[in-house]
Amino acid sequence: MQHDNLVEIEDVVFGYGARPVLKGVNLTAKRGQIIAIMGSSGCGKTTLLRLIGGQVKPGQGTVRVAGESVGELDSAGLYRLRRKMGMLFQFGALFTDMSVFDNVAFQLREHTDLPEDAIRDLVLMKLHAVGLRGAAQLMPAELSGGMARRVALARAIALEPALVMYDEPFAGLDPISLGVTGNLIRRLTDTLGLTSLVVTHDVQESLKIVDYVYFVSEGVIVAKGSADDIRASDLPYVHQFVHGEADGPVPFHYPAPSYADDLRLGG
Amino acid sequence: MLKRSIENLGNRTIQGVWRIGFATRFFLAMLLHSGTAFRRFGLTIREMYFTGVLSLIIILVSGLFVGMVLGLQGYETLQTYGSEEALGVLVALSLVRELGPVVAALLFASRAGSAITAEIGLMKATEQLSAMEMMAVDPIARVVAPRFWAGVISMPLLAALFSAMGIFGGYLVGVQLIGVDEGSFWSQMQSAVDFEQDILNGVIKSVVFGVAITTIALFEGYDAPPTAEGVSGATTRTVVTSSLAVLALDFVLTAFMFRGIN
Repeated sequence: MQHDNLVEIEDVVFGYGARPVLKGVNLTAKRGQIIAIMGSSGCGKTTLLRLIGGQVKPGQGTVRVAGESVGELDSAGLYRLRRKMGMLFQFGALFTDMSVFDNVAFQLREHTDLPEDAIRDLVLMKLHAVGLRGAAQLMPAELSGGMARRVALARAIALEPALVMYDEPFAGLDPISLGVTGNLIRRLTDTLGLTSLVVTHDVQESLKIVDYVYFVSEGVIVAKGSADDIRASDLPYVHQFVHGEADGPVPFHYPAPSYADDLRLGG
Repeated sequence: MLKRSIENLGNRTIQGVWRIGFATRFFLAMLLHSGTAFRRFGLTIREMYFTGVLSLIIILVSGLFVGMVLGLQGYETLQTYGSEEALGVLVALSLVRELGPVVAALLFASRAGSAITAEIGLMKATEQLSAMEMMAVDPIARVVAPRFWAGVISMPLLAALFSAMGIFGGYLVGVQLIGVDEGSFWSQMQSAVDFEQDILNGVIKSVVFGVAITTIALFEGYDAPPTAEGVSGATTRTVVTSSLAVLALDFVLTAFMFRGIN
């Protein structure tokens, strides 16, 4: 039986050493939707993706993907589950010693016995979908940041996964590449029937394409809702984030002793 | 102050022991996941090109010069005793037993070992290894093991070429330049060099050095902090640690191999 929710995170607690990162997070991702996970840098967004991908295990709580508890799988089970996932890393993480074509063909060659002719066709189709069929023979060093991100996207969908995770897909892109990437995520999610999890702090771009948003702050979900709910939210943190205000619940200043004390003005 | 020093010492000791444990697990995992390196031998051949073939120039040129210097120095010493015909034996034994494996290994550590560490370290820093894991491909099997076996296979071949080139260098200087009798140069060498005691032991040494250097280089790369500073530190540690390991292992192996040989 297919679950309606592809990803279910329940009461997850996680920390790196003594430093707590997530303090009881609940999140679900319905099949076929684009879910955004937003929050300021270092709030634990990427850690959520690492938990879903099984790169780290939760201290408490469960992470389920397609009905399987990720934290309880052995390495063979985890690798089997990962074949249903694709991940787009922040700067693409393309293999620099391989051409664009070989990067996209990588999983097909590793996990299937398809003949080279079929692989060629599949790779060109994926590259065509991201508009880079003409760049198949280029090396990653010859690509711009936006192009590298699109090649990484083609690579992530090469095996037609059920879930694609995007780690800051909009970071460092020019406005044109930004729009192209956002549209691609929406189009590929719809046409391939994927579920997409987008970790981002680019509010304006992501609110245009997502179905549901989770806001993470200091290890907990502080707000959730559709893009319109988020735009209209009067929660101080969400308001500060959406409107890019310098000061608010997230202070401008890093915690420090009093300014006067530091400048030794006390006499 | 004293308390902090003791804490630091304790912390370093714990980290050192932890690192040795991690390195041992890494080595075992590498051996355990070596299947891919042999099943898809093309991956290993490709790495042999980068570690072995691209090291050829430095190995061959160094071997030639080391042999030429051996020829000069050996002739100077041997002629004092009137036995300059034994030059071939001196050059060949020095190279095959010691200088070939050791100097080739030191050059291999600085040429190929550093490159392996930098490559793996940068693959980690740019999340290429994480990407591979997320694509359900084990980086130990796909990236690390082929490089390990490529290094282990290349090392004895490079040491053999170093020795061959060194003998040729000794011949050039001793026979062609100084005028030692060519017949005795080669015939004495042929009768004095024993296949099992000298050549095979030299090969064993270079295989052991190959295992040590590539393991250190791969581990340092895999364990490098994912920053520019981290990768540069790891590269330096590879060259220093593997050079010291080669010299220490050479002493131990020589002590066992050449006991009781005249």
